[in-house]
Amino acid sequence: MTQPIQIHSDAPSRPPGLRGVAADFSSDQRSFKTASWGKAMMWIFLLSDTFVFGCFLIAYMTARMSTPVAWPNPSEVFALHIAGQDVPLILIAIMTFVLISSSGTMAMAVNFGYRRERGKTAGLMLATALLGAGFVGMQAFEWTKLITEGVRPWENPWGAAQFGSTFFMITGFHGTHVTIGVIFLLIVARKVWRGDFDVERRGFFTSRKGQYEAVEIMGLYWHFVDLVWVFIFAFFYLW
Amino acid sequence: MSDTTEHTHAQSGQQHPIRLYLVVWGLLFFLSACSYLVDYLGVQGYARWTLILLFMLLKAGLIVAVFMHMAWERLALVYAILLPPLLVLVFVALMVSEAHYTIFTRLAFFGAAP
Repeated sequence: MTQPIQIHSDAPSRPPGLRGVAADFSSDQRSFKTASWGKAMMWIFLLSDTFVFGCFLIAYMTARMSTPVAWPNPSEVFALHIAGQDVPLILIAIMTFVLISSSGTMAMAVNFGYRRERGKTAGLMLATALLGAGFVGMQAFEWTKLITEGVRPWENPWGAAQFGSTFFMITGFHGTHVTIGVIFLLIVARKVWRGDFDVERRGFFTSRKGQYEAVEIMGLYWHFVDLVWVFIFAFFYLW
Repeated sequence: MSDTTEHTHAQSGQQHPIRLYLVVWGLLFFLSACSYLVDYLGVQGYARWTLILLFMLLKAGLIVAVFMHMAWERLALVYAILLPPLLVLVFVALMVSEAHYTIFTRLAFFGAAP
């Protein structure tokens, strides 16, 4: 990705604070002065995705608030029977730690990418993909367990019927995001490993020069997936 | 001219010590453990909701600010991305009112049945 040529090379003289916001937006040029278009577009995509997940969580809130039937207690529904006793919500807790760890490895991969340490970057991205795949695997286990216990989008053994539909929709959509993230992590990791960003090899689709910023943009998406899980964990599993 | 300047910019722009990421990673682990404990210890009522929201917002803030590098972006991008989601709260308010009305009609006309 080549950046637009900077007409004024006066980066340090840009005003900070609110004055800077007004100056950046009214400059008759691109508004995001230090973010490349690739990064800005990823942010705008993530903003739209925020609204998608926002709508899902609001739908869940509305369903839960408007039913006179008791809502199933997630603490019991998602408990696992370990060593002779029920541990509440333990699988979800492990999934949370796995996803946070994958965010940590991704952040370090971005850092090593900008230091042009090819091996470490690719290795950390592979670790991220592995943790993400583990997350999806645990989610598949959780779905299987609930389905065998009789949870359906239209009914479940414990209470309000809307529990199943909101559960499958929200976690399903999130799991899809994680899966897509894992696929793209593997693609970008391969490019890093091959040295595409060192020799600025052009991408097969956009024909733009490869740069290590691709790792950071990939990281933005991955951290967003983790961010969404923070909200799902709080509102769906803990509330 | 752009190539060399952009490279130095990219390398100086988002280059932070690894230690910072490890500290944030640890903090996220700690906060997740805290929110899990809220459920494990069975805290209920307003204390539960306050703690859940507190830990959630702290975690979200750490991820966005440090992992996603929002703390080092220019304010124009920060505002363009972080202010619009606040409008979701208006939607929440609308749907809370709607849900209250729905459950009122359900109870008034159908008794306790869904």
